[in-house]
Amino acid sequence: MEEVVINSGDTAWMLISTGLVTLMIPGLALFYGGMVRVKSVLNMMMMSFGALAIVFVLWIIVGFSVVFGDSLGGNGIVGDPTQFLFLNGLDNADAAIGTIPAAVFIAFQGIFAAITVALISGSIADRAKFGSWMVFAAIWATLVYFPVAHWVFAFDDFVAKTGGWIANDLGALDFAGGTAVHINAGAAGLALAIILGKRVGWRKEAMRPHSLPLVMLGAALLWFGWFGFNAGSAVGSNGTAGLALLNTIGATVAALLAWLLVEKIRDGHATSLGAASGVVAGLVAITPACAAVNASGALIIGALAGALCALSVGLKFKLGIDDSLDVVAVHLVGGIVGTVMIGVVGVDVGLFNGGGTEQLIKQIIGAGAVLGYSFIATLIIGYAIDKTIGLRVSKEVEVEGIDLKLHAESAYEMYSSSRGGSSL
Amino acid sequence: MKLITAIIKPFKLEDVKEALTAFGITGMTVSEASGFGRQGGHTEVYRGAEYTVDLIPKIRLEVLVDSNDAEKVIDVIVKAASTGAIGDGKVWSSPVDNIVRVRTGERGTDAI
Repeated sequence: MEEVVINSGDTAWMLISTGLVTLMIPGLALFYGGMVRVKSVLNMMMMSFGALAIVFVLWIIVGFSVVFGDSLGGNGIVGDPTQFLFLNGLDNADAAIGTIPAAVFIAFQGIFAAITVALISGSIADRAKFGSWMVFAAIWATLVYFPVAHWVFAFDDFVAKTGGWIANDLGALDFAGGTAVHINAGAAGLALAIILGKRVGWRKEAMRPHSLPLVMLGAALLWFGWFGFNAGSAVGSNGTAGLALLNTIGATVAALLAWLLVEKIRDGHATSLGAASGVVAGLVAITPACAAVNASGALIIGALAGALCALSVGLKFKLGIDDSLDVVAVHLVGGIVGTVMIGVVGVDVGLFNGGGTEQLIKQIIGAGAVLGYSFIATLIIGYAIDKTIGLRVSKEVEVEGIDLKLHAESAYEMYSSSRGGSSL
Repeated sequence: MKLITAIIKPFKLEDVKEALTAFGITGMTVSEASGFGRQGGHTEVYRGAEYTVDLIPKIRLEVLVDSNDAEKVIDVIVKAASTGAIGDGKVWSSPVDNIVRVRTGERGTDAI
């Protein structure tokens, strides 16, 4: 680490990428916030902002060390939490990781942790106690995200000598977090929706998105931020970043078209919510694969993800699980599609692109391991919080509106604005 | 004295207002309303989930008139609000005991 010279081009791009990735938090808040009813939009948005705050604090204290510290016992399960406790030795202007300042790498990766936790909130709209969500966010980040990110993102001899088992021992490819971020959050969202139960009136009353323009804006901001997420994961200003950026557009537009096509055939209408959802499904699916495939591979992955995610949104009704904003259908399904498809269309490694079945099997093992661990661990964490401080608001709070009852605010002045608002 | 209440399609408000003004009506109260009748509701689809929306937006228009004018005013409204299609709305009249103009304290038909 000491001999490495900090490269100004790499550093500039990673500074920008960190800003882009941070924009994904309000992007997600708008994307989710627009999809819920008027009475709970603020709570929905607060869950994203709250997750960012609590997770990044933990990231500085111990999270970075658990992810990027030397693997305890060398078995690739969890990094040494004491090695970089409070970013020991790294939070100064001279420390470097790769060719960029350590501070930039730490900030960039810290937002990944925050966004992963924020993604989960989509499955528990309208009905989770805000304080309990914050406790969940802290515990989940510590016990699930940090170890899983160590498995996937900690390469040997990059930050520390020994890294995680998926990255080094198994050798599954996950460039920007199809497993650690999206399968992880999707499986957790499923578990938490099961623990929390259905919303009052689910499937009986209309739970329409209150503002589709907000959803579209949120999807657009997520897309913009995702350039930092994917191309920034090159940790350098180079050709890999360029390829990741190109694929982050190709897969996303293919997914948008595929989602709309499914809707047109199935429901008779191509909807704006479908377009926004297709965008996010494509972004999710290309996340692990954006540096492992060529442009046609990206189109295939995007189209497949758009179609499969669109077809998966109905599953929750069949299973009776109120995954309110389809975290499972978009992030779990999209994450699996992208991760597994590397083994099919990945350049030199994919089954149909010069490789055998070897990489495909590695990809399936990596995806399955993260899915299984996240689902079971989240069930346990969610159950424990529910039985101690309670996870769900009362029926009265839920029906009258979580914004008003829990946050003492309402999102909009819901009266005629012609005279500057109501005097009622 | 009568209170004429009309539930009409929102896009017909301008026509009805003009017709009533032409007839000589000098005041009315208009509010947004929602409801359903024979027209029923409509369906919307979000991520493949179909929602039946029962309540359709309508305009509720209220006019106070002299009893002698009531039938004529109803005719004016019905003529202006009609499209011939389902969901055109309803008009009804109800008796009013008294009316007071707040500014002057005038009562009864003088306050119309």
